[in-house]
Amino acid sequence: MNVKYKDVDKLLLFEITEEIDHHTTDKIRRKMDNEIQRYMPKRVIFDFNNVTFMDSAGIGMLIGRYKIARIFGASTELINVKTSIRKIFEMSGVLKIIPIIQDNKDIQEVI
Amino acid sequence: MKNMYENEMKLQFLSKSNNEAFARISVAAFASQLDPTIEELADIKTAVSEAVTNCIIHGYEEKEGLINIFCKLSRNTIYIEIADSGKGIENVELAKEPLYTSKPDLERSGMGFTIMESFMEDVKIESILGLGTKVSMKKTIKIKNDEEEIDEKLNSFKI
Repeated sequence: MNVKYKDVDKLLLFEITEEIDHHTTDKIRRKMDNEIQRYMPKRVIFDFNNVTFMDSAGIGMLIGRYKIARIFGASTELINVKTSIRKIFEMSGVLKIIPIIQDNKDIQEVI
Repeated sequence: MKNMYENEMKLQFLSKSNNEAFARISVAAFASQLDPTIEELADIKTAVSEAVTNCIIHGYEEKEGLINIFCKLSRNTIYIEIADSGKGIENVELAKEPLYTSKPDLERSGMGFTIMESFMEDVKIESILGLGTKVSMKKTIKIKNDEEEIDEKLNSFKI
């Protein structure tokens, strides 16, 4: 996972590069929580461009990060979600709290 | 096309979380003989991952045990059985409820059985307390003519 931060916008971007399942979520979770606490961002973006697999463990993990981000008053958003993974997001209802957004200029600058 | 096709395989492995990827990739590799679309293969991988994770977290409660997978291909359908010899499920109907989880402290979403039921067909759960749990499911791979297949493969690259 690559972490990128843009100070001006207090925007923290997680470029997830691993398959997301029960095995990998432990490590991802620890890393994300450290970074969120370190930067105290206003916006947290999860970039799914390089995620080829996710099961329901990913839903639990993202809801957990949403709760942590909310403590700092940060919003949580998703970008670049592929069809097969989007199906799982839609089924879970999680998009109501972590919406999928189109790539915008702010995010492009970070990437 | 691959009508009247028959094949079987068995897998046995330890209930370690790094075997979750091994299990879903192995089953997907076996299923690929039916020439599924990328989408169908993703459905199978996700359902297998959910079932195996359940064996590890709930069946064995992260202690060591054995997980068995049996797969059968018949015509254009894959039948998958995933079984553990763990603690069993007290209330199967409750476990199947969307968003229900017996382990909320682990940040589990309670979506496992819901995902299996929507991505696969005929999902059956047999469980005996103290003896273990077996999940059976199947998926019929659509037979397509070559033109449709090419279209579909091209479409799957569009995001």
